[in-house]
Amino acid sequence: MNDNETQVSQPTVELLSALEGRFPGAAQPAEYEGVVVAPDQLVDVAIFLRDELGYDYLSLVTGVDYPEPTTQFPARFEAVYHMSRSEGGEPLTLHAHANRNDPVVPSVVNVWPSASVHERETWDLMGIRFEGHPDLRRILLWEGYEGHPLRKDWQEVYYEEDNKPFSSRHPEGRPVQAEARAPLGRNLRYPPGWSPKAWKPEAETKVYSPFDEHIGGNGRSMATDQIVVNFGPQHPSTHGVLRMVARLDGETIQQLEPVLGYLHRCHEKIGERNTWLANMPFTDRLDYVCSMSNNFGYAVAVEKLLGVEVPERAEYIRVIMAELTRILNHLVSIGFFTNDLGVYLTFMLYALEERELIIDLFEMASGSRMMCNYFRFGGVARDLPEGWLPVVKDLVYERLPRRLEEFERLLLDNEVFRARTIGVSVLPGDVAVAYGCTGPLLRASGVPYDIRRAEPYSIYDELDWDVAVAYNGDIYDRFVVRFEEIRQSLRILRQALERLPEGPILSGKVQPTAKVPAGEAYGRVESPKGELGFYLVSDGTANPYRYRIRAPSFANLGVLGELCRGHLVADVVAIMASIDITLGEVDR
Amino acid sequence: MTAQNSSLPEVPSELQGNVHLMPWDKFYNWSRKRSLWPLFTGLACCAFEFIAAAASRFDMGRFGMDIARASPRQADLMIVSGTVTKKMAPQVVRLYNQMAEPKYVIAMGACAISGGPFKEGYNVVSGVDKLIPVDVYVPGCPPRPEALYNAILTLHAKMEGEPIKSLRWYQKDAEDEGVPVPVLGPDMVDWRLMEEAATLEESK
Amino acid sequence: MYGMGILKTLSVTVGRFVTTYVDDLKWFFKGGFGKRYSPEALPVRQSPRGRGVFTVQYPNERLPLPENYRGFPFHVIDPETGKTRCTACGICTRACPPQCIWIVRATDPETGKAKREPEEFYIDVSICMSCGLCAEVCPFNAIKMNHDYEIATYGRDGGEFLWDLEHLSKSLAHHAAIHPTDYAEEKAEQERKAATKAKR
Repeated sequence: MNDNETQVSQPTVELLSALEGRFPGAAQPAEYEGVVVAPDQLVDVAIFLRDELGYDYLSLVTGVDYPEPTTQFPARFEAVYHMSRSEGGEPLTLHAHANRNDPVVPSVVNVWPSASVHERETWDLMGIRFEGHPDLRRILLWEGYEGHPLRKDWQEVYYEEDNKPFSSRHPEGRPVQAEARAPLGRNLRYPPGWSPKAWKPEAETKVYSPFDEHIGGNGRSMATDQIVVNFGPQHPSTHGVLRMVARLDGETIQQLEPVLGYLHRCHEKIGERNTWLANMPFTDRLDYVCSMSNNFGYAVAVEKLLGVEVPERAEYIRVIMAELTRILNHLVSIGFFTNDLGVYLTFMLYALEERELIIDLFEMASGSRMMCNYFRFGGVARDLPEGWLPVVKDLVYERLPRRLEEFERLLLDNEVFRARTIGVSVLPGDVAVAYGCTGPLLRASGVPYDIRRAEPYSIYDELDWDVAVAYNGDIYDRFVVRFEEIRQSLRILRQALERLPEGPILSGKVQPTAKVPAGEAYGRVESPKGELGFYLVSDGTANPYRYRIRAPSFANLGVLGELCRGHLVADVVAIMASIDITLGEVDR
Repeated sequence: MTAQNSSLPEVPSELQGNVHLMPWDKFYNWSRKRSLWPLFTGLACCAFEFIAAAASRFDMGRFGMDIARASPRQADLMIVSGTVTKKMAPQVVRLYNQMAEPKYVIAMGACAISGGPFKEGYNVVSGVDKLIPVDVYVPGCPPRPEALYNAILTLHAKMEGEPIKSLRWYQKDAEDEGVPVPVLGPDMVDWRLMEEAATLEESK
Repeated sequence: MYGMGILKTLSVTVGRFVTTYVDDLKWFFKGGFGKRYSPEALPVRQSPRGRGVFTVQYPNERLPLPENYRGFPFHVIDPETGKTRCTACGICTRACPPQCIWIVRATDPETGKAKREPEEFYIDVSICMSCGLCAEVCPFNAIKMNHDYEIATYGRDGGEFLWDLEHLSKSLAHHAAIHPTDYAEEKAEQERKAATKAKR
């Protein structure tokens, strides 16, 4: 919708009038989406939005760097907030501007606790300080790291050019290894004048800083100490390289902090250098268990910017792939959970057998078992091959319902399973919403929030299915919700397979260096782990200006400390497995 | 196996059915290669293909490797599967140092070989062989489980060709302090590079 | 009764255990001891209708790869010219996400103008993420994705992973063998173009 004058959308107009009444002069329309609020009134506006307009769920806090003035505003750092109502509906965007020399924005942690991890990341990578945050340490990189990498003037050691495609590859492209161009021959750079002789490493000491004031006796007659213990990052029961630091009193956890960043692969910086299409195979590597869902989220977000229509056959194929991925992920999550409980491989092998059959299908259609790279802007990459549909019908009509019933018989009545999961780590619904949890974790606490219902995308509003909810909020219920979601996915698959129409699968052609019109968009999908969102800012060129990934596992980890308090060490493993995280998207 | 090696003595005909001669090298290497216990170093997406390789479809137990040990003291083979980031590098080197000899390393996937598609990232080590010595490289993103098995068979071929007399860990003066563990500073501090960094600084 | 849940679990586990032997017996009755590892048995055991043991006995058995499988790229050599179909247009270098393709375009030594063929062509396989975008965007059907995965090496300092044009070239027969549907479409397209040309 690019008119001659800036179009302001209807929800923004309503919001502006509501804010004008309470906070005169504080708000104005933003460049593309949402509302700009003056920083000194940000917290008051946030409380107004949460309490009176009902926006109690904050998805994302992120920072954008504008070193040059844009059409309406001067050069600045910008903090962007996306929030929604837990009853459903489109998200609302707030912007807050901070100046270039010392960017400071007030923290909204006291309004929405989910902002805690997002603000720490924005401080870490962008350098915007949040005043009032209780513990503003780096989260993905380590304390003592030099610089804020996502700023536009920060160049990595192997820097070649600002944007891909690089001119050195063609027509005079002789291969030069990246190591040959770096001064030290490695991906390392030390600040000028720094020497290791007089320097003390502080990365490890700062990790333990939240625990410092509590260590010591616990005031009982027998003089016992509390100890601080590390889980991971290499540990057979962490789903990847996650480290947790716990303060224990005997076997009971008093405080637990996850330490992240061991798999931080700089998706966002690389994403700004890539072209729009080249980012698609990189999104596969985010949540590497469910690559089709990540592709879906990115495609939905970019299609909002492009304004293209997806043909019907492609929509059905997308939904089929997404639901197969959901079944795959839930089965694998259940299998890995039983592995962590101590069953060690038996049920995990049953789950992995089903995973193998499903990724056989993905391999036939897209070419790779895991990194599918199947979705394109405006459809899917290639059509379903011959012989695909009979195999999928075998799976969906015969095998998977039987396996689902077998798994439920295996686990849900088992006394050992019930003893370890019922009543453990109860998460009340309002706490879950305040901490920004999504996915089965939220729905097991009684809040029926599913993006496929709250803000429908693709053809989910034309299909007949239910949202799976449970009400106790403990680990057992999270798995009940997952089993029910597998059942609902099979229901969606049956409908989609019957109604799959003929027709084209892609509107337009695949163009590697196509430009995307200027604007910003927040596109989100219901990935099997929760709300996967992509916040994209485009300046009209072939490369994204800002590429931010809202990962469900990252947000869900914010509540881990709360969930584990008061439980035993053996429960920590079970709680972590029930949240169902994948480190690829936690650390990006 | 008949005596292919000419240095083995001839077995008299009446004992042919009861006595079997085999070079000591061959026996030692065969027993080592057929029970190579891998260490659980699943860092990223390649770890999933490693788990799939250990699962029921591509059974790792057929090779004697189904017991993946979590403790490096009990493991023989470190399959570095996934991107090694600078934050994780000290732990990877520590794990390698704590493994008891004989130990082998397979770099699985593009990221472990050279940093892969994430090579230009500011937090990525461009290849695990910048930190520890690697025996076999498997390209792919991620490599199929069959490709991983092909790598293991390649490693077996390498192990078969190692005569006992020249093995590193049986030499008289074999002192191994291990690889120096990097520390996290303004960037990852690799102690082996400090002299070079200092001369670079002075030359500016 | 307390313990019924555990018995239900055991019923599933024991049921699966017994099924593996029952399935083996079925194959034995069909044709002897080795029948369950024969090439006819593999697609049945590995399909959704399979029961029993699910293992593929690599390296004696190999799973057949589907046509769309993406290994590493290769150049298709045209049997008439003996050279690759590539014209050094550079679209693949622009599409490659980690930028691992390098092309030197050939120049005519006499006129100094650019020729439509590559003088040198390199792919760094240690960076390649097998995404297939190069094969998807190539307008001349010159780059396709191979079905190779058995390429483990002992070292990488000797350029084992920097593949040049010679290493990347494979015959048209190889392309037709591993991509039958794709090749049939290409041939149909060529015949259509030749027919419209002949009409004029």
